[in-house]
Amino acid sequence: MDFAIQFVINVLSLGGAYALMALGLVLVYGILKLVNFAYGELIMVAGYTMHLVGGSPLPWLVMAAVAVVMAILAGLATDYVAFRPVRAKSVTAVLITSFAFSTLLQNAALLFISPRPRSVPLPEIFSQSVVIAGIPTPMRDLITIVAAVALLGLFAFLMQRTVLGIAMRAAATNFTMARMLGVPANLVISSAFAISGFLAGVVGLLWMGRIGTVAPGIGLEPLLIAFIATVIGGMRSLPGAVIGGFILAFIDTTLNYTLSQDLLKFRDAFTFSLVILILLWRPEGLMKGPASGQRT
Amino acid sequence: MTRNILTLVVLSALIVAAALLAQAMGVRLYERIATTMFVSMILVLGLQVFMGNSGILSFAHIGFMGVGAYTSAVLSIPERMKGMALPDLYPVLESVQLSPYATIIIGGLVAALVAAALSYPLMRLSDAAAVITSFALLVVLHTVITHWSAITNGPRTLFGLPEATTLWLACGAALLALLGAMLFKESRTGQLLRASRDDEVAAAAIGVNIVQLRWRAFILAALFAGIGGALWGHFVTSFSPRAFYLKETFLILSMLVIGGANTVTGAVIGTLIVTFSFEALRGLEAGINEAGVMADQVIGLTEIVLALAMIAVLSLRPGGLFPTREIGALLTRNRKSEGRAK
Repeated sequence: MDFAIQFVINVLSLGGAYALMALGLVLVYGILKLVNFAYGELIMVAGYTMHLVGGSPLPWLVMAAVAVVMAILAGLATDYVAFRPVRAKSVTAVLITSFAFSTLLQNAALLFISPRPRSVPLPEIFSQSVVIAGIPTPMRDLITIVAAVALLGLFAFLMQRTVLGIAMRAAATNFTMARMLGVPANLVISSAFAISGFLAGVVGLLWMGRIGTVAPGIGLEPLLIAFIATVIGGMRSLPGAVIGGFILAFIDTTLNYTLSQDLLKFRDAFTFSLVILILLWRPEGLMKGPASGQRT
Repeated sequence: MTRNILTLVVLSALIVAAALLAQAMGVRLYERIATTMFVSMILVLGLQVFMGNSGILSFAHIGFMGVGAYTSAVLSIPERMKGMALPDLYPVLESVQLSPYATIIIGGLVAALVAAALSYPLMRLSDAAAVITSFALLVVLHTVITHWSAITNGPRTLFGLPEATTLWLACGAALLALLGAMLFKESRTGQLLRASRDDEVAAAAIGVNIVQLRWRAFILAALFAGIGGALWGHFVTSFSPRAFYLKETFLILSMLVIGGANTVTGAVIGTLIVTFSFEALRGLEAGINEAGVMADQVIGLTEIVLALAMIAVLSLRPGGLFPTREIGALLTRNRKSEGRAK
């Protein structure tokens, strides 16, 4: 029983973080068909902002807000630097520019800050733990679960009920048609990047709550996770991304508990083989998104 | 036909000239740079074989470079070194010690075999799905290389490879790779593959077996990558799995993209240009570090400039410097128009 509760909490907190990561990636992919390789670097930007404002006397929540805003700005920068100049060209060109932008941001961090990991200020609460049903549970796991539920709810509301959300879903379904009906394309695209940056910023805070430091390569793991989760759930479906995140967390946690130390090293190889198999067997993922339209 | 021969002649001349120049300078560093450049060129030409003809971006290329490098290492490290370099090696392989020249070729073949075994089903996918699977394949290969301690010494540095790659061996291999890439491009397979790149549906409608053709190109690309990796291994003589991951992928990709992925000329000239600017920037970085202008070590400047160059090239001239025509075609066209002017 103890074990079951611990397992469920692990899956939920990990899954919440994974789902948010995947959502940020799939939002951009759904509308623009852009696999944003620079997505992980948005998390890095949030991390370094925290590091840089860390010395100031501001309350933690203000610092966190600044970090999220910086991640949003970095998301918008992705749009202007890596996407807009090449969006009318081939899919490959867009992929390469986003890869280049990711390298650009990473090396900017190397050059201007440091190649070594830097500490990130964390509030007390992240290192405390509470006892639930006799099991000591880190508060940060509970915070992650709460934050994930709140943000997923907010996101669902945004997409279902607001004009912007409906416009974005319309653009994801059929970009050309949406434009014909007067949906401002650039605004929708920029909003997608901004929301993606927002999600990355929040996920970055939660993620760094786990590791406590930020380094130039920090974005790679979240990016890979988001990749797998979106592929499992469905490359074009927003609910699919969330479900994919939780499924991946379930798989990861199960493997952590069951695999021997020798095989655990190969966990990434297992999960990425799974990605390849799913793409081969069901290229659209578990949840089928709206029919794909033209991009520009 | 003459155009293709002209292309081959011009590009080979460039390659040989670069080698001669590096040797004539008489500085060890320049020879090293030129040798590394030829290895990169083999990799870039390999990537061009697949990407240029099929139009699909592949991230897995560097993974096959790693496969080639490690295969060649395991087979060629001297027996007395193996105890130290690879403590967990399988007993069967312990007594194997082949000439590095043989193992370089074996490294390429093993990379091609691995590619052949893994990639056939992947060739059905196009666009973003293809890119993600190739990225996933890179991660899988990297994870396996990093953790298969018996063969690769795990994440630690593998050392003890016999030195075999010289400037002229690398140069010769680059010339062969150039020939191979040109022959493939003009072969029936290459031409049909490019037809499928330009219009998948139309090519399928005239009976082109796209999966089969892409598969062949992918295997050939992996062969190039494996040989390139093995040559590199016998040049630097010690390396770790980190050498075969995203940073290297970025470098090779930038060479191909800046030069132009669709042409062999683009691959060769892109490699020359990027190597030249890369080394110049690295020199600049070292200069700044020595002068001590900045408080910290300056690193990453080179990559930043390369990334900016890549974005600039893709937005201003999406096909790269040589988007569609090989240099031979460009030269003969100019001559023709001059003739008409007279």
